[in-house]
Formats: sequence, C-alpha cells, structure tokens
Amino acid sequence: MIKLTVNGESHSLDVDPDMPLLWALRDVLGLTGTKYGCGIARCGACYVHMDGHSLPSCVTPVSAAEGKAITTIEGVDSDTAHAVRTAWAELNVVQCGYCQSGQIMSAIDLLGRNPDPDDADINDAMQGNLCRCNTYARIRQAIRQAAASLRAQGGEA
Amino acid sequence: MNAPFRLTRRQFLIRSLSTGAGLTLALYLPGCGREAESGAAGPGQAGERVAPAAEFEPNAFVRILPDDRVEVVMKHLEMGQGTFTGLATLVAEELDADWSQIVPVPAPADPERYNNLQWGKLQGTGGSTAIANAYTQMRQAGATARHMLVQAAAAEWGVPAAEIQVSKGMLSHADSGRTARFGELAAAAADQPVPDEVLLKEPEEFSLIGTFLPRLDNAAKLDGSAAYTQDIQLSDMRVAVVAHPPRFGAKVKGFDAAAAKQVKGVTEVLEIPTGVAVLAADTWSAIKGREALQVQWDESGAFRMSSEEILADYRDKARGEAAVARSEGDAAGVLENASTRLTAAMHMPYLAHAAMEPLNCVMQLTDDGCEVWNGEQFQTVDQQNVAKVLGLKPEQVKINMLYAGGSFGRRANPHSDYLVETAHIVRAAQERGPVKLVWTREDDMLGGYYRPFYYHELEAGLDGEGMPLAWRHRIVGQSIMAGTVMEGGMVKDGVDATSVEGAANLPYAIPNLEVDLVTTELPVTVQWWRSVGSTHTAFAVETFIDRLARAAGRDPVDYRRGLLKDHPRHLGVLELAAEKAGWGRPLPEGRARGVAVHESFNSYVAEVAEVSVGDNGRINVERVVIAVDCGVAVNPDNIRAQMEGGMAFGLAAALMSEITLEDGLVVQSNFDGYEVLAIDRMPEVEVYIVPSTEPPTGVGEPATPVIAPAVANALSVLTGQDFDRLPLRLAV
Ligand code: FES
Ligand code: FES
Repeated sequence: MIKLTVNGESHSLDVDPDMPLLWALRDVLGLTGTKYGCGIARCGACYVHMDGHSLPSCVTPVSAAEGKAITTIEGVDSDTAHAVRTAWAELNVVQCGYCQSGQIMSAIDLLGRNPDPDDADINDAMQGNLCRCNTYARIRQAIRQAAASLRAQGGEA
Repeated sequence: MNAPFRLTRRQFLIRSLSTGAGLTLALYLPGCGREAESGAAGPGQAGERVAPAAEFEPNAFVRILPDDRVEVVMKHLEMGQGTFTGLATLVAEELDADWSQIVPVPAPADPERYNNLQWGKLQGTGGSTAIANAYTQMRQAGATARHMLVQAAAAEWGVPAAEIQVSKGMLSHADSGRTARFGELAAAAADQPVPDEVLLKEPEEFSLIGTFLPRLDNAAKLDGSAAYTQDIQLSDMRVAVVAHPPRFGAKVKGFDAAAAKQVKGVTEVLEIPTGVAVLAADTWSAIKGREALQVQWDESGAFRMSSEEILADYRDKARGEAAVARSEGDAAGVLENASTRLTAAMHMPYLAHAAMEPLNCVMQLTDDGCEVWNGEQFQTVDQQNVAKVLGLKPEQVKINMLYAGGSFGRRANPHSDYLVETAHIVRAAQERGPVKLVWTREDDMLGGYYRPFYYHELEAGLDGEGMPLAWRHRIVGQSIMAGTVMEGGMVKDGVDATSVEGAANLPYAIPNLEVDLVTTELPVTVQWWRSVGSTHTAFAVETFIDRLARAAGRDPVDYRRGLLKDHPRHLGVLELAAEKAGWGRPLPEGRARGVAVHESFNSYVAEVAEVSVGDNGRINVERVVIAVDCGVAVNPDNIRAQMEGGMAFGLAAALMSEITLEDGLVVQSNFDGYEVLAIDRMPEVEVYIVPSTEPPTGVGEPATPVIAPAVANALSVLTGQDFDRLPLRLAV
C-alpha cells in the first residue's frame, strides 16, 4: 500500500510502487486535470506541486511521493492561484487548454519564489511547459499581470 | 463562396427555411423528456454524464431553458481555435442574449442537421471553415429565437411586437413597463410559429460581434475540469495500448503474449490489423504490458528509405512528367530568352502534428450500435469508417464530441485511423465494455500521417527593370487526398489541389506562368497539417519572390506592391504590416526585417519578422508584426490569439521541427527529438486586423505558413545567404 496525501486528503493505493504519480493521480484517484503529454519530463503537462514546488509527475514514482504533500490543479487554491487564474481568464490565455494545468502549476510556483519576475525569469521558469497552441505571449503577460495584482494586494494588506 | 453569405444585408429578408442552411430551432420546453439536470452537462463533462445529446437528440442550435440558460449547440470541434466562443457569439448577437447566460453544448453526429455548409452533407471541422460556413446559419438561429420570444411577449402583454425591446437576455416594453427574462417566456415562445423570414442585424447594430468576450471554455480549462478524451473513465473500462510495426509497410508475423499477460492489470492481448493491442485496467499497466510483449514483424514489404534518399529520388522525379496546375502564356519560351534568370530548389521535411494531447479514443458496443467519446473532428467520415469495421450503419455510431487537446488537422483523418483501430479492438475483445485507446507520445509521433515531404523547383526570368516576365514552379511530393473519400473532388487531372494551393493561385502579375506537380507514392502515411498546402508553397513562393526583388535591387515590399495591383486584399495586409513594423526605418546593428504575404482559406496575412543571429549561431526571431484581413472580425481577441499561436506553430517548423527517416525508421519519437517552440523562442507579437465588412473567413490556419518565408527573407538580408530548406539552417 502506498500512502499519498493529495490536495489535503490521504489515500491508500494498492499500486506498483514504480507507477508514475501521474497515472496514480489520473487512473486511480480520478484526478484527470493533470495531463499526460510526453512521459519523459519534456512537456510539463503533468506538473503537480510536491511540498509546494512543481515537478513532472510522469517521471516521479508514486513511492517517491509518499509522505509529501501533493497538490494538483484541482486542489491548488491560494491567493497566488487565484491571481494566476484571474489573469489567465482576463487575457483569454487558453486555447485547447491541454497544457494549461501544467502552465498554471508552474506559474504559481514561480510567483511563490519570485514576486516580480522579468521576462528572463519567466522564460526560465516556464521553459519546461510546452504549449503546442503557442499561448506563450499571453502566458508571459498573464504572469506579469498576476504578479502585479498580488503585489498590489500585498501593498493594501 | 457560399451564396447565403451574400444575403446578410438588410435589403434581403432571409428565408430561413429556404436557404438550404438547414436551420432548425426549438425553444426548450420544461418537462419534454430531457433529463432534468442534463442541461448542466457542458462539453467535456466526463464519464457517464457526457452524452445528453445521445439521450436527447436536439434538433436545434438554440435552446432556451426555463432557468434562463441559453444552450448553443456546437456542430464544430473546440480544439483550441475558439470555435465555441465564435459560434456562440453569432447566436448571442442576433438573440440579444447576455453573454453570461450562454452554455455551449456539443452537437451529436448528424450530417443532416450539423453538416459543414462548405462540405455538403459532411459534418466536420477543418480548413478554417467554422465561422465562415456557420456565420449566417448561427445568426439566423439566434434571430429566429429572438423573433419567437418577441411574438410570445407581444401576445402575453397585448402590445405590438414592434414596441418590444430585447437586450442582454431581457425583453421589455417601455409604455407598459412590462419586462421578462428569456426563460420566463421560453414555453410561450415555443408555441409561436417559426417565422419564414428573419431580419439580421446590420454591422453597425452589432453589440457582441467585434468586441472582447471571455472564452466560454476559460473556467473549465483553468481548474482541470474540462474533459478530454484522455480523461474519460467509464465503469469497466479498459485501456488499450497497441504495439505498431516500426516501419511503414510492415505487419505482424507472430507474437508471444505470455510475459505481457503476467503484468498485473493486463486483461487481454489481441492481434488487430494495425498491430497487437494490450488491454489493461489502467494506462500504466497497459504500457508495462506492451513493454513485456514480444512481437515478430514481417518486414518483407517494409519501407526502408531515408529522408536523404527520398530527396534524391524527388530530384530525379522532378526531371520527369508533371501534371499542369496552371499555365498562362509561354513560360518555357520566355525563360529561354530572358536576360536574367534565377533558379531555386528547396525541400521541406515530414512534420508531425504533435498536438499536446496524443491520439486516443473511447468506444463501447451498445445494444443498438456503438458509442464513441472523442475529440471529434470528422463526424461523418468517422461514422462511416467505424460502421464498416463493426458491421453497423453509420447512424448507429453515436459520437460524443469532447474537447480536443489540439489537433492541427490530425484528428480529422480521412481513414479515421485511430477510431478504426479502436473499433478493431472493441470488435476483437472478448469482454464487452468500453475501451480507451491510448497512444503514447511515441505512438503519436512515430505513427505517420505527417505533413508530406516536398521538393520544389522554381525558375524566373526578369526584364531589364528586374520585373518578372516568366515564372515556373514545379512541386514534387505525395498527395494527401489520394486514396481518400475526398479524392474525387480534390484531385483533378492528376493535380491534388492541396499539393499546389498557394502556388497555383500565385497572386503576382506575371504574364508567363507555369505551375505543375509530380505526385509521388510512398508508404509513409500523410495528412493535412495546419494550413495544408500553404505550409510548403508559401515558403517557396515568398522566399523566391524576395530573391527576385534582391536580384532587381528593389525593396521587397515595393517590389510586391508593383505585382499585386489586382489583389487589393493582399496589398492591404502587406501595407498595414509594413507600416506597423516600421518598414524601412533603421534597426539596431545585427537585426534585419523580412516580409511575406499569403492568402489561405480566403484570409489574407502579411507578417514582418525582425531577426538576429546569436553568437552561438542561433536564429532569434525578436518581433513579429502580423496584419490579417479575414472579413468581419467576429471575435477580434480570438483572431489575435490565432494569429499569435498560428504564427508560432509555423515558427517551430521554420526553426526546429522535422521528422526524418533512417532506413525507414522515424528518428524522432518524442519532444526530446522533435523540437517544438518553448516560451524562450516566442517572439514579441503584434497583430493588426484590417477593418472589413466582407463575410468572415477562417483564422485558425492562415498565420502559420507566412512566418517561415518572413524569417528566411530577414536572414537573407542579414547574412546574404539564400535558404533552400526547412527547418532553416545557416551556412557556417
Ligand atoms: S507528461 Fe510529464 S513532462 Fe510531459
Ligand atoms: S493551450 Fe493547447 S497546448 Fe497549450
């Protein structure tokens, strides 16, 4: 049995310890917001947060996630997440949407580490998240917009 | 162009039942057999609730629910291009609905009601036709609903219909002070006669068309709830992964399933025409099972050429017989005597679509046929092909259209390859119950149906002023349409229209012109890829015309201007892009501009690329200015999004993407080998839309083919080199 904590809930899973976290989330727990795109850590569609940082769940064995706090797109909920989603919606970032769970998880991670990223920081942090619809220009803009709104909120507080 | 487009002006009253547009409409009545909560099932609702359309066959594009929701039935696939938002805009505009009350509902497969009006009795999405074919149809649907609501209000309130105002989902009558929401009048409106004629708005009356609207799919795509085929989980569903032959033309000789069956979760191993399928309780077990499977392949008929050998072969074939696509004047004779003659030979590789969602399909046999869950792009063709495998009638194939995680053409396969594969698995399986076919990224990339490999030769003769007198263009490559149901319509006198589009309709005024085609046959499967023929012809034409301008010592914008006098829309976008890009103004050291202009799918796009070369020899595209003329701009923000994304899709092919073959094996199997654009290579993009009252045309594809020649032309200015291949490579 593998014990997992996902979005604050604990689960016991009867799966092969080598099963990638991605498939455990999707096929066993039914959390299908995390996507499969490449299976080799080259596209970012499967990014989740483990203890607050984004990583590719497709190459993370489910056993390596034991004892960690896993957050998926379904569960991510913070001021930063809210600011990111709001900016994404206001700028109509999404197209097909398939990469966007991963994009959002990476963007939230970035803004947690860096409240005022410039384009180089954004490129660096988002490099692993491919988007075949090429929504990149809007992703950049949305991250800057989310960062600005978070800083403004911080200023008010 | 379809006749109905011309009927949208006020002087014409649209006869909604006689346009052939197939307008049907129903105002939803409470309690008429529809499941109470199924109205909530939007597109991509996962699982068993996905198919309200299958349980209730809507015969309409618009349904107004008593709770005030306005359901708009979507006959086209949402694969990122914004079609749900676009189609709904048209309905909401004429209905005077509030944008927040609009709910998109995917249409069932039905070629009678939901056909693409540009394709006859065929339902499907592609060729950038969604808004173009449905522009009048969807507006009529909205206007008809509005008319019936107004009539119902007039009857109920005892006031003249002409005095009733409709705005943002509310009807009102000023003198009596009466108001009602749409939902309150839905039942009464359904009793009103469907009008023969409705009046559509004049462009100056538009309140939604031409404005910024939030996409209807934003929320579901930001919280992970939007369901794609990959996400469908049905009870007792098994996941199938297929071992395909490594080379085109190879087949299964034999296999040993013992080890695969030992893998926990694996339930069945089945031979099917395309390989050996491993079925398991979940995706990972199916993948593990396939790894353990031993297959011997019969490679006696396997294709073993390399990309280099294909190129050499195509060069030879270019010396042979060609089918003429366009011929004017005497190109050969004039070239013979021209004082200045230029020639070029170019080649472009196979390309994979590589949508973020690899191919997949869910299918289940039912008592009355079969049911499909799919990011469904080609309903009518898929129904026919699946029915053939399962011994059903096409209408017995029920299709639930889900969101697609991209497609770029791949999900509209004329052979329905991945749906047919699923059908074979479902047919061969011992156990009934749903099967989800999953292609891994490797399956998707190695699986063929590529943009074909092409070889081009061009020749031009210039007069004393450097203007072209003669132009000859020969294209060598596989036909996309050959062997498909579209062959009859698309291949004429040996010319596949999709092989020469963008070349045969060269807009430049050149008196002696010949464009011809050598069609090759190879077992490597090919398919349309975002912007189809223009993916290669625009590069050939637009870099060659730049070479002519350079030979003439002329500015490339000015040179084109002189040749485009009879093509005002080409000229319009060219001038706009040049102006906005600051054409002719000095740039910092080490930067250069290049331009290209091209029409595809009746939309006109010009792009100006600003390019530099890094110390490492890397081509940096710094800024791209795009001008587009696509008629009425229904959703300007979505037009911009499609220009940005479509251009960048072409930029990946210009800079990095290629599928190559070695000894018949595809070399690139995942994103480590098949490079695509990441955020660091995304240029700054500016998009300008030409104001227009022409009927709207598509925007999903037309930006894609224009960027490669614009970048190449800029690089030529910067380096003095000519570019004769894609992806672009600088000479060292
Ligand atoms: S699926 Fe994990 S990075 Fe692509
Ligand atoms: S939105 Fe389609 S892949 Fe990113």
